[in-house]
Amino acid sequence: MGYKAKFRVWRGDAGEGELKDYTVEVNEGEVVLDVIHRLQATEAPDLAVRWNCKAGKCGSCSAEINGRPRLMCMTRMSTFAEDETVTVTPMRTFPVIRDLVTDVSYNYEKAREIPAFDGGDVKPGEFRMQQVDVERSQEFRKCIECFLCNNTCHVIRDHEENKEHFSGPRFLMRVAELEMHPADVQDRRQIAQDDFGLGYCNITKCCTEVCPEHIKITDNALIPMKERVVGRRYDPLVWLGSKIGVVKRGKSTPKA
Amino acid sequence: MTQTTVDAPAKDRARIPARTLRTDRWWSYPLTTFIVFTAWVIYATVRSMMGSSFWVEKYHYLTPFYSPCVSKACPADAADFGRFVPDHLPFFIPYALISLPFLLGFRLTCYYYRKAYYRSFWLTPSACAVPDKSPVRKTPGRYSGETRFPLILQNAHRYFWVIAALISIVNTWDAINAFHGEDGGFGIGLGTIILWVNVILLWGYTLSCHSCRHVMGGRLKSFSKHPVRYWLWTQISRLNTRHGQFALITLGTLALTDAYVALVAHGSFSDLRLFN
Repeated sequence: MGYKAKFRVWRGDAGEGELKDYTVEVNEGEVVLDVIHRLQATEAPDLAVRWNCKAGKCGSCSAEINGRPRLMCMTRMSTFAEDETVTVTPMRTFPVIRDLVTDVSYNYEKAREIPAFDGGDVKPGEFRMQQVDVERSQEFRKCIECFLCNNTCHVIRDHEENKEHFSGPRFLMRVAELEMHPADVQDRRQIAQDDFGLGYCNITKCCTEVCPEHIKITDNALIPMKERVVGRRYDPLVWLGSKIGVVKRGKSTPKA
Repeated sequence: MTQTTVDAPAKDRARIPARTLRTDRWWSYPLTTFIVFTAWVIYATVRSMMGSSFWVEKYHYLTPFYSPCVSKACPADAADFGRFVPDHLPFFIPYALISLPFLLGFRLTCYYYRKAYYRSFWLTPSACAVPDKSPVRKTPGRYSGETRFPLILQNAHRYFWVIAALISIVNTWDAINAFHGEDGGFGIGLGTIILWVNVILLWGYTLSCHSCRHVMGGRLKSFSKHPVRYWLWTQISRLNTRHGQFALITLGTLALTDAYVALVAHGSFSDLRLFN
């Protein structure tokens, strides 16, 4: 059965704007994105929204629904009470282009800084990877790059000046994935700390909490990476071992 | 056709005046954590400094807050690891001074507790998508996460883990000692079971640690070349998914075990005996 829902949608550009109230029809089985599309089709034809697959796989329709970073296409209207006002705002961490559309180019800039996979001397076709090793990085490959994790991470959300030296959970996870790759010959532990800002992460697990792919970003990528960085930089026994020649330390990879 | 250039839009975040638009009870987790942790710290501090009601002579029950009991003030049977600390120290020096500071360090640097107290005590942030309320927020550039002293010391977690594992062996020894009957032979009471439940859960907490997971196999680049360590890593990973639960449950079991031993030692009630 359909009903009329109360919606508040942020409208504006270049930071200036306001929350506008709408009353819009909702039908059974619909998600927030359907309602936003109905708004476009009726009261607000100029409402800007980025979307693509409507199946939670393209990562385009990231927004904040009732203050929580979510994909609009994966947020069912049945999770709200009929008399509840649903507030939809753009992701707060990124600059607004218009209405619900944000400029996420920060993420692409950070992605470019990560040194690519380096297989060393392995020739094409020579390397064989076992399933147990594949599984480890496969979890991270589920990422749809919706950037909800980077949006919710307080290191850049609340301290914008950190954007310069913090890549956010999404790209620290990428560094961890390459660092754990059995064929990759680079040592990314120093740049993880110095250039990508792993030390700024205080593991409050918000990235894991908002991930629509349910990737255990903190437990399986960030904390293992922090432990690896400890082994490289902060462990006095490892340091002593390297001084007396028991532990061999290779060269650290510079950032791309 | 004339080409026109459109200026790129000015870059600015949406200026939404509301601090957060969250409508759920996001404050309940940090508030509950704050109350529970504060209450626990007060209880543990008072109990570990009390210097009494920590040992039940008849059944050899020793509370974990006094294990190992190394003060000269400890009864001989409670001090299996020697009594080498003078007994006229200030009241705030606990009898188990060789274990408690390390156990505190283990929990303070634990990845689960870090999340919990950064959220509930530091408010950095108190909940996801709720603004950071720490004082550094007001000064741009002051947020340094875990990169500077004192929080850089969180990186010592693996060392605290090793010591905590050794202390868990001591706690296991205490639980074995608790199979002590009234006539001096074998016996089992409710206290024995409580001590064993506590020590098993303590092992669960210690072995599910993220540093343990790293040491067992997480640090490897290739699992397929190290099948034994891969197997160990998978077992620890299973426990690790419940690390937070173990962390909280053991807070409860530690306090309950201590309270039970204290009440029996004080004579408030007698131990329920199942055998001898």
